[in-house]
Amino acid sequence: MTSFLSTDLIIEITYLVATALFILSLKWMSSPTTARHGVWAGELGMLLAVAGTLLNRGIVDYKWVAIALVLGTIIGVPLGKVQMTAVPQRTALSHAFGALCVTLVGTAEFYLRAPNVPRFMMSVLSMEVILGSLTFTGSLMAAGKLQEILPQRPITYKGQNIVNLGMLAASVGVAAYLVMHPDHLYLFPIILVIPLLFGVMMIVPIGGADMPTVISLLNSYAGLSAAAMGFVLDSKLLIVAGALDGASGLILSVNMSKAMNRSFSNVLFGAFGQEQVAVKGGQETRAVRSATPEEAAGILAAASKVVIVPGYGMAVAQAQHKVRELYDNLTKRGVDVKFGIHPVAGRMPGHMNVLLAEADIPYDKLLDMDEINGEFPQTDVALIIGANDVTNPAARTDSSSPIFGMPILDVDKARTVMVIKRSMGTGFAGIDNPLYYLDKTLMLFGDAKNFVGAIVRELSGGDGHG
Amino acid sequence: MKTDLITSLYVFMLAGFIGFEVIRRVSPLLHTPLMSLTNALDAIAVVGAILLAGEHKSTLSTVLGTIAIVAATSNVVGGFFITDRMLKMFKASRSPKP
Repeated sequence: MTSFLSTDLIIEITYLVATALFILSLKWMSSPTTARHGVWAGELGMLLAVAGTLLNRGIVDYKWVAIALVLGTIIGVPLGKVQMTAVPQRTALSHAFGALCVTLVGTAEFYLRAPNVPRFMMSVLSMEVILGSLTFTGSLMAAGKLQEILPQRPITYKGQNIVNLGMLAASVGVAAYLVMHPDHLYLFPIILVIPLLFGVMMIVPIGGADMPTVISLLNSYAGLSAAAMGFVLDSKLLIVAGALDGASGLILSVNMSKAMNRSFSNVLFGAFGQEQVAVKGGQETRAVRSATPEEAAGILAAASKVVIVPGYGMAVAQAQHKVRELYDNLTKRGVDVKFGIHPVAGRMPGHMNVLLAEADIPYDKLLDMDEINGEFPQTDVALIIGANDVTNPAARTDSSSPIFGMPILDVDKARTVMVIKRSMGTGFAGIDNPLYYLDKTLMLFGDAKNFVGAIVRELSGGDGHG
Repeated sequence: MKTDLITSLYVFMLAGFIGFEVIRRVSPLLHTPLMSLTNALDAIAVVGAILLAGEHKSTLSTVLGTIAIVAATSNVVGGFFITDRMLKMFKASRSPKP
């Protein structure tokens, strides 16, 4: 301890540098040109912090640490190699792992310190454990639904919100009692078990289209529980990392709820999927115009500006590579092709961008809703692939529609609208889309991948001398 | 103890503000990699788990700490790996064709 650079000081310095690197890491994410530096900064920070920690003289036994590090790496590698379509469930799973780590550490810390736990310590410890365990089961449920192991259909029952809020209130109540009387050790498992159940119940009423909001929210919870763990362990590094993650999740959740026109409290209290207003039955079958791949190809080839609007249906049909071929072909003909991406398209924030980037579509052609909406009036063809509700003009005009007020892509302002769709079935919200009955709209019935493939064949056959 | 707590609260507050300012600037284009990156960074909780498992204060704490290291490490490795894979795919348009 007499030397200037004591081990403790070295450890603290590695943490300080790691904290700075983490902030830089997120700062570099602001642009695709610097984003990979962000990953490297994060990796370096992580390496430094872990190396610093291993220097700690409190560590008497490295055996289990080493085994666990190796085992974690073995599990982590395949999780880093999943297909891009599976990224949402992978993300949910990693939220679960993060929350598991936090919960286990919190539990161990409680039993190490009990019964003499200061009140503040007990409060943050309870927060850590409650948030951690509900995020753990909630994220596992979300991952299960996304992976289609669990039924994706939202399951609702009467009094659901009361049951859920009651569970949350009960665990907070028990935690409050523990804060006052930390010697009642037998109460601790209750603030583990109730939130674990709550996590399951919270996700039960969630349908696929709500997943982007839910994943963001779970991300935020995972971050906050890690920050709480930072308070328990008095680790500033962990507090900062948790706060950054919490802020990120919160911003994304707010974005997603805005994009679905839900209030934030509506999202927080898990009132998802509640808007299944009975679809007006017995609707008169209105006429739609449909077209063949040849006709669609002809219209696209004659256009000078095309905007493609992809939705989750494109990912389900694995059509993104065919879409890239279409993009290449049209671009070669001198057609200006852009993509209009709604914030909630796909199963997590930014999902569509990743899938299209994987298919080699340049990112400067991927425009988000606010950027693209001004361009629709000058657009010759808006081609919608596997998206429905996010293009429904009823959101703008029909105040009785359940999605009224939701920001949409103004595809109906384009000169011609083409919609690739399996059938006339309704979208997630179960609402009819008046877009399909417009005179300017052509319905292209079929599987997205096959239909786009057929258009590409038409374009490259025939007079395709590009 | 009291001053430590206040310092920690300051750190939390400042980090929260930095988080909001920095993340607000992330393009929606990169929201998926952003989430996997913050997830990996969040797994810095591994540091706490390493101390817990290594200090060997009780059997329970060693067991829980060891499992916690496995969970967090898989997030570190998987998270950074997939984030980099995704970011590698984002390419700008090639310069105008000849």
